[in-house]
Amino acid sequence: MSTAEPSGRISPALRTEALEQLLTERSLVDPTVMDKFISTYETSVGPLNGAKVVAKAWTDAEYKRRLLADGTAAIKELGFSGPQGEHIVVVENTTDRHNVVVCTLCSCYPWPVLGLPPSWYKDPAYRARVVKEPRRVLAEMGLDLPADVEIVVRDSSSEVRWLVLPERPAGTDDLSEEQLVGLVTRDAMVGVAKVHGPGTEAA
Amino acid sequence: MTAPLAIDGQAAPPRINGELVFAEPWESRAFGMAVSLYESGMFDWLQFRAALIARIGAWENGHPEGECWNYYQHWLGALEDVLAVDGTVFTDEVTDRAKALAGRPAGYDHGDHDHPHDHGH
Repeated sequence: MSTAEPSGRISPALRTEALEQLLTERSLVDPTVMDKFISTYETSVGPLNGAKVVAKAWTDAEYKRRLLADGTAAIKELGFSGPQGEHIVVVENTTDRHNVVVCTLCSCYPWPVLGLPPSWYKDPAYRARVVKEPRRVLAEMGLDLPADVEIVVRDSSSEVRWLVLPERPAGTDDLSEEQLVGLVTRDAMVGVAKVHGPGTEAA
Repeated sequence: MTAPLAIDGQAAPPRINGELVFAEPWESRAFGMAVSLYESGMFDWLQFRAALIARIGAWENGHPEGECWNYYQHWLGALEDVLAVDGTVFTDEVTDRAKALAGRPAGYDHGDHDHPHDHGH
């Protein structure tokens, strides 16, 4: 890789490195904290397509009806389709029923809407345990559900790929569809987390 | 707190299949610096976004012939602009440091080679 442009201008790679050094020396950024932010944005903020689907369902009752009736077709309406995007079935989380998705056989995953699966999704321990003791596994992942909430484990396969429509968080009535998109995380669409309103931190 | 990244339009970061994509390691560092500084309250996101839109607009109004569009080049420029306003880091400081880095012996490992990536463009 050349370090300078042919015109003599400094390459953005070098300017970036210089800026990071200066900011680090002034204690304004911490490279290891940056690493964490980068991976968070790449992975949990990443599945924008799924987030758009969810935000639309929250704000458009007719779309939500179509989404729950035929997930693949409703998702395709927004322009998202592709390999592993066939046979998507959307299930709604409510105050008394919580769906969580696993693929016990392999790692079937609706990647046109959720991007690449996270490493834990493919982990044999998650795959085996979430079926047997979902409440405990969810609690370990930071989601404590009240005892009266029924937990339904959805097993994805090549015939059915599940996508969770999370509950819309309280206090978001004033938010636009675009603002809502920013709240939806991948974990909420797999069912291992809830969506939190703006300003509230995940548990 | 999550930076409200633009979703559509030219100010929106490049994505593939809804996920952020970085063509080269420096792009993810530039991204990480801006997000990190925003999260620690160094600047307001609207301020950064305005600087980004201004940078993009300036490029569209005139850029060196043959220069390809690179989103993160403008992202980095916007970050430098925002930091220079109150003297947190002046543009000249970045230039001087970058020139010093450029003067390193050839083959010096400056981090770009920790990760395999496409050198094709």
